[in-house]
Amino acid sequence: MTSSQTHRTIDAIWRIESPKLIAGLTRMVRDVGLAEDLAQDALVIALQRWPESGIPDNPGAWLMTAAKRRAIDLLRRNKLRDEKYAEMAQTTELYTEDDLERNMDGEIGDDLLRLIFMTCHPVLSQDARVALTLRLLCGLTTDEIARSFLTAESTIAQRIVRAKRTLSSRKVPFEVPEGEELQERLSAVLEVIYLMFNEGYSATTGDHWLRPLLCQEALRLGRVLAEIAPEEPEVHGLVALMEIQSSRFKTRVSASGEPVLLMDQNRTQWDRLLIRRGLAALERCRKLGRPLGPYALQAAISACHAQAPAAADTDWARIAALYEALSRVAPSPIVELNRAVAISMAFGPAFGLQLVDELMHEPALTEYHLLPSVRGDLLAKLGRMDEARSEFERAAAMTRNSREQQLLLKRAAECGGSPN
Amino acid sequence: MRFMMIVKATTDSEAGVLPSPELLEAMHRYNEELARAGVLLGGDGLHPSSSAIRISYPEPGGKPKVVDGPFTEAKEMIAGYTLIEVKSREEAIEWALRMPDPHGFGQGQIELRQVFEVEDLTDNPEAIAKENALRQQLEEQRKA
Repeated sequence: MTSSQTHRTIDAIWRIESPKLIAGLTRMVRDVGLAEDLAQDALVIALQRWPESGIPDNPGAWLMTAAKRRAIDLLRRNKLRDEKYAEMAQTTELYTEDDLERNMDGEIGDDLLRLIFMTCHPVLSQDARVALTLRLLCGLTTDEIARSFLTAESTIAQRIVRAKRTLSSRKVPFEVPEGEELQERLSAVLEVIYLMFNEGYSATTGDHWLRPLLCQEALRLGRVLAEIAPEEPEVHGLVALMEIQSSRFKTRVSASGEPVLLMDQNRTQWDRLLIRRGLAALERCRKLGRPLGPYALQAAISACHAQAPAAADTDWARIAALYEALSRVAPSPIVELNRAVAISMAFGPAFGLQLVDELMHEPALTEYHLLPSVRGDLLAKLGRMDEARSEFERAAAMTRNSREQQLLLKRAAECGGSPN
Repeated sequence: MRFMMIVKATTDSEAGVLPSPELLEAMHRYNEELARAGVLLGGDGLHPSSSAIRISYPEPGGKPKVVDGPFTEAKEMIAGYTLIEVKSREEAIEWALRMPDPHGFGQGQIELRQVFEVEDLTDNPEAIAKENALRQQLEEQRKA
């Protein structure tokens, strides 16, 4: 093996092992920043030794042992000299060597779960949660995170450093929350994962490799969570939603980069494997026998589309009912707008228009270009072309996306008459 | 990137002999590890080739020739596969190396193959569009 090959192999091993390593070390030293430093130290030692000695049979255990030795070294050297550790020793009953031994064989899954609750903790800003989670649980480099968010590397690096400091200064515990707190904190975790996913999914600009990477990482993390927190229906709901949405990843944008609407996508190109996985995740969620939460309901809606062989076969009545259920558990004007669309598809544009008209004075939607766009579409279907045209024009003036704007102006022109 | 880890058939798998409980346990643990790392997409084990058929086209443009199993060359056949989604070829290799020896008596063989995805075929958007159009055309012909 050449040295560059060994380095690529070490990268791959790091990707597989680092989340477990950092999680295990955090449990021992109770400080996520220190845990990451120790894991990094172990990686540096591996990078020095492995090219000569070859890759050990169990690289994960090797790295853990190396990191543990570093921890003991640090403990001995810095015990009282270094303020940080001295303070930690007082405040967090700092580990002893015996603890390190005892703590070696904890449940890895539990540690990962504790770590993700930590990196998605509400004391951190949403941006910080995302960056720290990508770094510690997905093993992405600062550069990769920066490029996928179209941000400067130094900004992300600083964000991560500050986040780790905040977790330490606010003494955020390394634990899975219990009771009522669990649901709230779990929602925060799922929100971070879905935010990550959407960041990669909705953007059509930026690095063509790193945007999909965000989606894949979010999906992977969701799949991990489904294994380590299998009793939580919304975890499966979110996984189902992401699996099904990912199945359309390649069809959602045309070859020339234009967004393709769901109804116009080439369904033969949808990824059947991901659809099947999404439906299975939804089934796992349903089997837990609790009422469907917002992610599960969105997944169920997405599943309706995935299961329709052609756009014309879509079960709109079912989708309308699911949106109604969604508007009860997670009311929002945007859900209402989607419900209006489903109702118009199921029962005719006049019924949809009635609901849309009710939303016209909704303050949250005054800037939302899809409201006039949907209204224009319904008016056009009802043959009210003049009104339709002015709605499409209004929508075009509201959107910031130039491709969408062109599409809307084209629709306005198709309504005939002269532009206002 | 998707990779398929293909487990080759052996005389035992062809004879319908089930793996030992230890091996089944090791495989189960391995699959669990894959799932917990979020990289497992799916996998299946195949029946022995005694219940298989083989379709061949010895004459270009001619009719298919159908032969019933079992087939003899075990190592040229597959006994099962596991599909994973990873970030790099090296990561796939690392996972494949961690799979337990699938048979345990000297015949175990795993083949790691990358799965084609549309964008791998070419980086040229025009060519991708053409390929998509072709696929759609085929699909429509199939329906007609």
